[in-house]
Amino acid sequence: MASFNQRLQTALDSDLAFAFKRSPVAMTATTIFALLAIAAVLAPLIAPYNPFDPATLNLMNGFTPPMEANEFTGQTFTLGTDDQGRDVLSTIMYGLRISLFVGVAAVLFAAVLGVTLGLLAGYFGGWVDTVVMRIADVQITFPSILIAMLIFGVAKGLTPVEARDEMAIWVLILSIGLSEWVYYARTVRGATMVEKSKEYVAAARLANRSPLAIMFGHVLPNVMGPVLVLGTIGLALAIIAEATLSYLGVGAPPTQPSLGTLIRVGQDYLFNGEWWILFFPAVTLLALALSVNLLGDWLRDALNPRLR
Amino acid sequence: MLAFVIRRVLQALGVLLVVGFISFCMFQFMGDPVEGLLGQEATEEQRRELIERLGLEDPIPVQFVRFVGNAVQGDFGLSYRLARPVSELILERLPATLELAFVSAIIAMALGIVLGVFTAINRSGFAANFIMTASLIGVSLPTFLIGILLIYVFSVQLGWLPSFGRGETVEFFGWRSNLGSWDGLRSILLPAITLGLYQMTLIMRLVRAEMLEVLRQDYIRFARARGLSERAVNFGHALKNTLVPVVTVTGLQLGSIIAFAIVTESVFQWPGVGFLFIRSVEFVDVPVMAAYLLLIGALFVVINLIVDLLYFVIDPRLRSDRAGSH
Amino acid sequence: MTQSPVLSVTDLVVEIPTRRGVLRPVDSVSFDIAAGEVLGVVGESGAGKSMTGSAVIGLIDPPGRIASGEVRLNGARIDNLRPSEMRRIRGKRIGMVFQDPMASLNPLLTVGDQLEETIQVHLGLRRAEARKRAIAALEEVGIPAADRRIDSYPHEFSGGMRQRVVIALALAAEPEMVIADEPTTALDVSVQAQIVALLRRLCRERGAAVMLITHDMGVIAETADRVAVMYAGRVVEIGPVREVVGAPSHPYSVGLMGATPSTSGDAASERLKQIPGAMPRLLSIPSGCAFHPRCPRAFDTCDREAPPLLRSGSSLAACWLCSPDHQHLVQSATLPEAIE
Repeated sequence: MASFNQRLQTALDSDLAFAFKRSPVAMTATTIFALLAIAAVLAPLIAPYNPFDPATLNLMNGFTPPMEANEFTGQTFTLGTDDQGRDVLSTIMYGLRISLFVGVAAVLFAAVLGVTLGLLAGYFGGWVDTVVMRIADVQITFPSILIAMLIFGVAKGLTPVEARDEMAIWVLILSIGLSEWVYYARTVRGATMVEKSKEYVAAARLANRSPLAIMFGHVLPNVMGPVLVLGTIGLALAIIAEATLSYLGVGAPPTQPSLGTLIRVGQDYLFNGEWWILFFPAVTLLALALSVNLLGDWLRDALNPRLR
Repeated sequence: MLAFVIRRVLQALGVLLVVGFISFCMFQFMGDPVEGLLGQEATEEQRRELIERLGLEDPIPVQFVRFVGNAVQGDFGLSYRLARPVSELILERLPATLELAFVSAIIAMALGIVLGVFTAINRSGFAANFIMTASLIGVSLPTFLIGILLIYVFSVQLGWLPSFGRGETVEFFGWRSNLGSWDGLRSILLPAITLGLYQMTLIMRLVRAEMLEVLRQDYIRFARARGLSERAVNFGHALKNTLVPVVTVTGLQLGSIIAFAIVTESVFQWPGVGFLFIRSVEFVDVPVMAAYLLLIGALFVVINLIVDLLYFVIDPRLRSDRAGSH
Repeated sequence: MTQSPVLSVTDLVVEIPTRRGVLRPVDSVSFDIAAGEVLGVVGESGAGKSMTGSAVIGLIDPPGRIASGEVRLNGARIDNLRPSEMRRIRGKRIGMVFQDPMASLNPLLTVGDQLEETIQVHLGLRRAEARKRAIAALEEVGIPAADRRIDSYPHEFSGGMRQRVVIALALAAEPEMVIADEPTTALDVSVQAQIVALLRRLCRERGAAVMLITHDMGVIAETADRVAVMYAGRVVEIGPVREVVGAPSHPYSVGLMGATPSTSGDAASERLKQIPGAMPRLLSIPSGCAFHPRCPRAFDTCDREAPPLLRSGSSLAACWLCSPDHQHLVQSATLPEAIE
């Protein structure tokens, strides 16, 4: 582990931090992402209303435009209200919570699964490698959004009808995670095969360390760089995948709307001129996806000395 | 060459068999087909009879063989949701999807190659830089948001183009087409642009990168040294060499286009197989899901196969065993 | 020189603006080549040999450019032509052969396609005639069964055969001048001599002037009539091959020749050992004579004044040692007239 900490320290002390301070794009992207993340995490504390508490809802407040007083109740909402009179700002904050949670959890799931399988395949080779990589080869021919939809459909079919809404978020995480693991597995496998032939692994083997200890203690820290980059770019992909699935009505349930669900609902009112119901969630989603994407791009360039 | 083709075909069949097995498993282990078909109020007798007829008590391998046999003949059973043969449902909607995918692919390829070549040749120009920056933002945009944006601008605000459905279609030999009438063409425009935009940016970036790489090669310098015109160098030499990898990726993108058609069809309520599929996922309509999986699997495998063979046709170096090295 | 030269380069300067300053890969280079004559241009990599060749044929990659000086082809200036005019000269009046025949031919077009396209552009022939000429051109460079091989792709030829095709392409429009940039470096030692002999024979038959760029002294000794030695962007010595190879005047040429074994084997590593130090980078060219930090015979004038080309036997050498009174110079450091 010393080598990882050392590397991390070196990286944080010098190049990465330096490059970060000099990149206005990275700084802006981080700021936007941090603001969105804070809004999501603290939503129950800082949101003006709890949009899912029936007690605070008043249907009379429906379709209030932003910054205008409602004609019946006289209440004013910063970003207006939706069809059911829910404060759009609050639903966005709660929706952001779902979107971010699903995105992060799916990426973690995909990364853990992919890294583990990649390590095993790269380290042991032989039939383990063949099986894992064949599955990856077949899966990678299909776009991951399609895989995610299929897995979602299958998992939904397997859960009992009454538990479906409750399980939807977890099913979503599972299906997005399963559709993205291949990229981690491929990268880690390649890196593992390179690391495996180096002397420090041979030394660890001679010292009679177990394969698991070598893989996770020695090889893993050395392949973390690419995994970090994949994870950041993967987060943007996962957020977009979640939004797409929810938009299509096969993701987050109406009881726990994510940004995609909000956009799905908002689209119905676009033609009536109630643009704010769709506009603000869409802009939020865009800001989230773009900031994570830019951060991933920047991280990839910063960690890859060849591109600098 | 023959050995190569045979190997690729065998691989393709292998992948198809795997996909077939997955969709068979979906049939087998998801939900209760008897309940799906008869509903919960069926009598025990009806159930027995159906189980008998579907052969649900045969050994699994027998059932799998029967499933493959039926699938080859295009028989996927009845949709739980619509209670109609799945093959009929799919055949009805396939032309809409294929046509949408085809028009998008044409748009994506034409614009992608033109813009890619343009940005490569005028590498440091203002227009090229602007296009590259815009494409970066384009890649981050989710497809459905692009669709909504286009609807908002061209349907809601400007009122120029329809926002949903296929509009008027004309039938050619049993194929209902959008390309035969003005209304149909207007209807397909927005969905096709939405679907093609992402692929276009990909193709454009790829063409640009490949072209820049090729323009650095010695044979381009040599072509210039031989006094060929810039046009002959850029288009006769550089573009042709650029297209080798581009064909591969573009071919593979065709599969993605069909898959992403799910999203576009939902945004524009386009009556294609993608729309059918997403409703089947929503309602856990297993036969439709399984059939769609097989269909897409077959499409992907065939596309991959064609791309491999096309690669072979374009690049003479891969054909060297036929010509015989001297 | 009795007749007027085919190519005449005068005070050629090539500059490349970069973020860290303007580089001068070619600095005040002058030379002539007569019809049927082979001028060998030698020097280490980075000496400016290839860049000089590119400048002559007008193919310097931007942002590099010819900053000053003249290039004349049979008396007419060609360095200031418009791109479309220059294009009509390239391939038609000046042919070029590159180092790597593998990379010089487009892998996706048959050699016939590439030959015919060149012939059609320059000679305005119809396709069938162009094809006939292409076959003849392949026969001339010694490709057996040319009428069949014309439809082969470059990868179906061996390295030596490919370089023959490249030569056929360069000579397809009967140019007055051929620039051969390291034509043998990428080839097997066994075919190098054949290719050089072929190039020399074809050019001699046509009376074409040849600029043969190489770092292989063996090739120069066998092929060239005259030799120009380049160092850090300048010509440091130019003269008849016997004299420059056999009795070089410039200390750098002395080192270069002394380091070259008589066979044309891999001399690179040995040569570098023989001259201490390395050629300066373009960003840090020493003052005065660029070679003085490595020169075993440098004296105090050398780091102050860049020497002009001075007469030394029948050669010219850019070295203060060649000044008739360099002993006197040691004391007074006055600049003598360059002897033309």
